[in-house]
Amino acid sequence: MAMWPLIRLLPKKTNFTYVKFAGFAAFLSIAAVGASLVSMFTGGFRDNPIAVYQQAEGSPLARMGAVMERGFNLGIDFRGGTSMLIESPNPIDLEALRALGGRVQDGEVGVQSTTCRPQDAPPYCAALDFESTEGGSATVEAIRAQLPTVAEGARIVGVDVVGAAVSEELFSGGLIALGLAILLMLIYIWFRFEWQFGLGGVLALFHDVILTLGLFSIFRFEFTLTIIAALLTIIGYSMNDTVVVFDRLRENLRKYKKMPMSELIDLSLNETLSRTIITGCTALFALVGLLYLGGEALSGFAIAMIFGIIIGTYSSLYVAAPAILIWGVKRGREGEKRGAPQTAG
Amino acid sequence: MLQVARWRIILVLVVAAMGIAFAYPNFVPENVRNSLPSFVPKQAINLGLDLRGGSQLLLEIDTNTLRRQQLDNVADQMASAMREAEPRITYTGRGVVGDAARIRLVDPTQMERAQQAIANLVRSQTSATPVLEFTPHPDGLIEARLTDAYARELSRQAAQQSIEVIRRRIDPTGTSEVDIRRQGDRRIVVQAPGVTDPELLKERIGQTALMTFHLVREVSPEEAAQGTLPPGTFVAQPYPQIGDAPEVVERRARLTGEHLTRANPQMDQQQNQFVLAFQLDNRGSTIFCRITRDYVNQRFAILLDNQVLTAPRINEPICGGSGQITGNFTPESASELALMLNAGALPTPLTVIEERTVGAGLGQDAIEAGVRASIVAGIVTLVFMLLAYGLFGVFACLALIVNGILIVAAMSMIGAALTLPGIAGLILTIAMAVDANVLIYERMREEAAAGRGPALAIDAGFSRAMITILDANLTTILAALILFQFGAGPVRGFAWTLSIGVVTSVFTAVLVTQIMIAWWFRAARPKQLPI
Repeated sequence: MAMWPLIRLLPKKTNFTYVKFAGFAAFLSIAAVGASLVSMFTGGFRDNPIAVYQQAEGSPLARMGAVMERGFNLGIDFRGGTSMLIESPNPIDLEALRALGGRVQDGEVGVQSTTCRPQDAPPYCAALDFESTEGGSATVEAIRAQLPTVAEGARIVGVDVVGAAVSEELFSGGLIALGLAILLMLIYIWFRFEWQFGLGGVLALFHDVILTLGLFSIFRFEFTLTIIAALLTIIGYSMNDTVVVFDRLRENLRKYKKMPMSELIDLSLNETLSRTIITGCTALFALVGLLYLGGEALSGFAIAMIFGIIIGTYSSLYVAAPAILIWGVKRGREGEKRGAPQTAG
Repeated sequence: MLQVARWRIILVLVVAAMGIAFAYPNFVPENVRNSLPSFVPKQAINLGLDLRGGSQLLLEIDTNTLRRQQLDNVADQMASAMREAEPRITYTGRGVVGDAARIRLVDPTQMERAQQAIANLVRSQTSATPVLEFTPHPDGLIEARLTDAYARELSRQAAQQSIEVIRRRIDPTGTSEVDIRRQGDRRIVVQAPGVTDPELLKERIGQTALMTFHLVREVSPEEAAQGTLPPGTFVAQPYPQIGDAPEVVERRARLTGEHLTRANPQMDQQQNQFVLAFQLDNRGSTIFCRITRDYVNQRFAILLDNQVLTAPRINEPICGGSGQITGNFTPESASELALMLNAGALPTPLTVIEERTVGAGLGQDAIEAGVRASIVAGIVTLVFMLLAYGLFGVFACLALIVNGILIVAAMSMIGAALTLPGIAGLILTIAMAVDANVLIYERMREEAAAGRGPALAIDAGFSRAMITILDANLTTILAALILFQFGAGPVRGFAWTLSIGVVTSVFTAVLVTQIMIAWWFRAARPKQLPI
């Protein structure tokens, strides 16, 4: 029994001085957020946003949308594309077709076997989808030329333009829902803690989301529906992590009424450090497993999540907590009433 | 806390047993599942389109109806432009013939003025190009045709609207992982995963589900059959299985389902039957109030796709904006109808023009790699917990396994579908669920380091960590509720699975772990905390 636990990640008591580096961290965070935003508005540092805005059509909001759209390498889920139907008298090797699609087209190529319609003679059918904004006729021709290498006698019997799986209504509805959800979290934390905590938490959250979006914008990783799920998960994780730190801060505010704020923050962060590391590492180990073994289908999700968890942990320490240091917290008798809503200080 | 109340133990056992019962169908082959007795839960998690494929329907917008509706509007607009002209231009013969809306001027010499009056109809706010073409004839006839570009634009808009209605109908919780896209200008491709019944899909998509309120004209059906219908009325047939009798109703709808905000099935205690309660928006309430005030003691009919659901007598003005639809409802037909009404009406009827079965979107290698990676990730999580906390890590692992079973059970209950990223997300949920355990254990360590004995440290660990766990998870649950309420499609689905994960992880980390630790403590009577 004495050998357990096998690993202890940290000494029992740590004394890192976080606040000392807060200025440097703030500089880093602001620079990274700035770079991410610039990348999102310039199509990964390649376009002039003003020119794109002027060339775009429609309302100012739609023009803004056109600028932002170029900021990401959007997949067929968002952009729509081309879908073609292939018929063949011989079995179609789906993997070979997928490989062919991958050779002639950047980005995601979807390949599915389908049943043929009864009146059609060829017994084997497959569908191939790819993202295309400019009609994709070059890709269609390239595939048509090489199709015999996949299945003898195969031919393209239909080419259609397909819309995005994420309709505009779905996208704007989702954004509104997300905005409301963030607002409600802010109010809840305000109610349970104080307004400075609520703002600090939401600030950390925006920091994490912008940096993750920036990662995808700068490195042009393909942006799909799964990445949206990853972003929502990162928001949840970031908020969770921040609330845990806040909770300890609130407890220590009551316990040590005279301790200076910066020392109090250092103490609270040190006390929760062990938990932060164990929880973060568990999630990271699981994700590294997904990244290395999961293949291409999971790599985008795993990359977004790994980055998000690291950033989410960092932001609890260096965005949310220092925000409280800047805005200050009312201390003294009101602080003793547990969980009572408090007036803005 | 080391004395665990009996009700908690019973609660945990009941929930775990239910979890196993509902998760179990996922682990037996389909043929075994179908041969189970009827009281056993059978529903398993559907595998997503990427893992298993599914069925595909190709739908086409009825462009003729769409054009006809639009031309009706154009004819109305032309007529009102004539009436509003100064001085008024008299016309006859407003109507739609073939592909043109037409109006005939009484005095052909007014043609120039008439053309000026309708000139602004050529432009529309939603379209950059002209929407109409006018053809004036010397005899005073004006014909208006939709431009090709606008006709295409209209059907594209109708397709876009239909997509959201279809999504709400076939995937109300957002967890079914359906894929709905526009194809070309007037087609919609719907793919639904795995074992989804294509017939049910077609049934839900095949109805326009437009609800309308009409006044009833008291004419006996026999009279009606003889063809002596009052002008502006028609015979509405009863809705299959729900309506009672055909009614002669005004052609003009006084109120439409657009103004409906919510419909839900209810049990009416007095009549001991199922009814459909509905709620109208502000404007709808005002209209409804006016009708029911002006036509007290007459009957009005509620029609769905021009078939009578019910035709009650108005006893008193109804101004609260809510009402009930009675009919021969079964619980199933009432909730099916509520689903259709809540999803909204389709702008035009859709026809299924093709039905196919599609294979998995991912190759076998990719699926195997993804599943293998997910299993490894799960094992890594468990091993890490064991290494970090030893014996208490075993308790945490058991709690995580119960957690996994409960999540699978909950997702089976709501008929959710899992894609490959969904499986990875599930594992990640479990890896993140360790947080509650970690919070409790770290707190125990701290309390022990502060010099408390094992019993006190365990006790304080649970009670202090509880505050943090509740704060952290309530924040998440609130956000998920908002996402569910206001989001659509996949966002709603994400909110569902997130809430399930949060609830089960708090339940298992707190209650299940606590019971295990309490039992162990009573059996071992340790002098020192083993973490």
